[in-house]
Amino acid sequence: MTSTTDTTAAGQLAGLSATTLLRFATAGSVDDGKSTLVGRLLHDSKSVLTDQLEAVEHASRSRGSEGTDLALLTDGLRAEREQGITIDVAYRYFATPRRRFILADTPGHVQYTRNMVTGASTADLAVVLVDARNGVIEQTRRHAAVAALLRVPHVVLAVNKMDLVEYAEAVFAKIAEEFTAYAGELGVPEITAIPISALTGDNVVEPSSNMDWYGGPTVLEHLETVPVSHDLTSCHARLPVQYVIRPQTAEHPDYRGYAGQIAAGTFRVGESVTVLPSGRTSKIAGIDLLGEPVDVAWTPQSVTVLLEDDVDVSRGDLLVPSSDTPPTSQDLAATVCHVADQPLTVGQRVLLKHTTRTVKAIVKQIPSRLTLDDLSQHPNPGQLVANDIGRVVVRTAEPLAIDAYADSRRTGSFLLIDPADGTTLAAGMAGEAFAKAADADPVAADDEGWDF
Amino acid sequence: MTTAATVHEGTGNSGDSEGSSVGDSPYALSHLDALESEAVHIFREVAGEFERPVILFSGGKDSIVMLHLALKAFTPAPVPFSLLHVDTGHNFPEVIDYRDRVVAEHGLRLHVASVQDYIDRGALRERPDGTRNPLQTVPLTEKIQSERFDAVFGGGRRDEEKARAKERVFSLRDEFSQWDPRRQRPELWQLYNGRHAPGEHVRVFPLSNWTELDVWQYIAREGIELPQIYFAHERDVFKRSGMWLTAGDWGGPKDGEDVVRRQVRYRTVGDMSCTGAVDSDATTLEAVIAEIAASRLTERGATRADDKLSEAAMEDRKREGYF
Repeated sequence: MTSTTDTTAAGQLAGLSATTLLRFATAGSVDDGKSTLVGRLLHDSKSVLTDQLEAVEHASRSRGSEGTDLALLTDGLRAEREQGITIDVAYRYFATPRRRFILADTPGHVQYTRNMVTGASTADLAVVLVDARNGVIEQTRRHAAVAALLRVPHVVLAVNKMDLVEYAEAVFAKIAEEFTAYAGELGVPEITAIPISALTGDNVVEPSSNMDWYGGPTVLEHLETVPVSHDLTSCHARLPVQYVIRPQTAEHPDYRGYAGQIAAGTFRVGESVTVLPSGRTSKIAGIDLLGEPVDVAWTPQSVTVLLEDDVDVSRGDLLVPSSDTPPTSQDLAATVCHVADQPLTVGQRVLLKHTTRTVKAIVKQIPSRLTLDDLSQHPNPGQLVANDIGRVVVRTAEPLAIDAYADSRRTGSFLLIDPADGTTLAAGMAGEAFAKAADADPVAADDEGWDF
Repeated sequence: MTTAATVHEGTGNSGDSEGSSVGDSPYALSHLDALESEAVHIFREVAGEFERPVILFSGGKDSIVMLHLALKAFTPAPVPFSLLHVDTGHNFPEVIDYRDRVVAEHGLRLHVASVQDYIDRGALRERPDGTRNPLQTVPLTEKIQSERFDAVFGGGRRDEEKARAKERVFSLRDEFSQWDPRRQRPELWQLYNGRHAPGEHVRVFPLSNWTELDVWQYIAREGIELPQIYFAHERDVFKRSGMWLTAGDWGGPKDGEDVVRRQVRYRTVGDMSCTGAVDSDATTLEAVIAEIAASRLTERGATRADDKLSEAAMEDRKREGYF
């Protein structure tokens, strides 16, 4: 692989000018070698610059550690450095001539599930790390479950520390098989297992010479080539209206455009659209792509849509094709991850933010809490506390046009907010928690309270 | 001076799904289109949810790109925000000229919070090192309070510095503008929670996910004009803390610091007393981009004296209400 060694300015310029953007998340702990892997990706792609490396080397020395502790690159807060742990999601940026990357580096410990959920919510891909000596453990199952719950399209299982198991194919194969079966049951659509040693660099950026039996991509090769988009023509098209643009100037006396970022699918001039929740219909007269008229636009482009008729549309409305409208309802069943320090209780009054619409809501039921380590369920917990995952039934003050999260991550997700102080309480995903795999055995425990 | 064409290769500003594709799928956006769309979404969210937003405008490249994105986000209507310049009194004249031209060209309203005024009436005291960067916090906060701004756009990027790497896109600040990393809300999907109590405000960072190189590539692609100090030019400078500082009224050079004439350019624009120039012969945008792509130093490491003070210098300034 030569792509990462092309560091001439011309090569970088040519390469970086038309690259795509991949957002990915890493889950794992220091013990799994996550920091070493992240450090190596950044270092070997030449994204750690001299002054940053010097600062980290200096900090490592002043803490008395031998060698350079690459975790200090991402642990940015005083409290994190003092405690030697990652508390918050750290975003890292690096590029190769083939692609730009946004890495959400999330702490793997159970008490930081909310951070993993946060990082996974915008990720196209998640890297789950395991130690080859330990194989699939509780934490691995939890990370797979978060990736499945958040519907991250691509999952990489990085089986690390292969150097400590003599690069044995059988060790890798057994772990890969167990993980693939488990994640597959949860509905993870694509799993790529890669045997690596982050410490020695095997299969991280360069192919390993110690594992001839492995013919797949290195971690970086996979990150560079995994598709970041797909055929959108079969997706539900959704445009949440953010803002109405009305210049009312001499030049544009009658211009009335509905501005928003296309949340899913494609829109085309001439298409019949319905405004939800009102149900009024019109046709798309024009689409402005930041000042340029276009015939078709797609997610995640920010556009301004003009309609043929003078219908009532405002912030919070959803434009959808008239042939593909989601149901609107005031009753919502969903899975939530609780992210606040104060608990979520049955009967609690909250605000629900869905796309660009915020409405009053009440938590009617909390039918169950889920343990991610083994997917066991705990019926009627009464409340959810920080880092809990659970089912909720919510009644909203106004009807919402909400998709199943499985169909549309952006229009199937919502926040629950404390109306008193504005705290974000929970991250919600409408519909069933996990996709059902075709021939999988029923997952764990009883179904009571979970599938309803 | 330059053509944008060399770095803008049909990346998306056309409705033709064939012509604007990059990489694997006809629907994949280029990284600049994806970042632009994200920033526009953030501007529109603020316009939809806040009463009195303002853009912090220093005349530096990041704030210039912010304004460009805001103009695109609301076209053909005017930008529904005013601008706020925190003026340290140690300005590069080229930058002030640029600021005033842009304000006039787009018919914008400019607010100025002046550090010099605070010093003149004794409300702030000059620091022994002559650096005014930390002095910006009080005039900024008092202007936000007196004008009742509820959303304040900043050009901060997460790639700049490790405390900024932990910053949210919507960053809640109390009535003293203080940043409490433990009070920040998790940000999921593209759902930004901007709720705040009276007297509090939200700092909003539309360029959170941009890198320095992205900013320059976008400037080239969009053909955005910049103050000339970003390009190589001859200047009287002297060396302090390993950086080239501009000689001038603000206090430099001191005894023992020799003024020399060199060809330099600025990678960042801030207070003259703590913003260093770098040796450069990059007189065009292409040359600047090539220089940044090859640089082994971050822009703050190369040009900001105040960030070299300690491991947590930026975190401490942010906690106190800095950008």
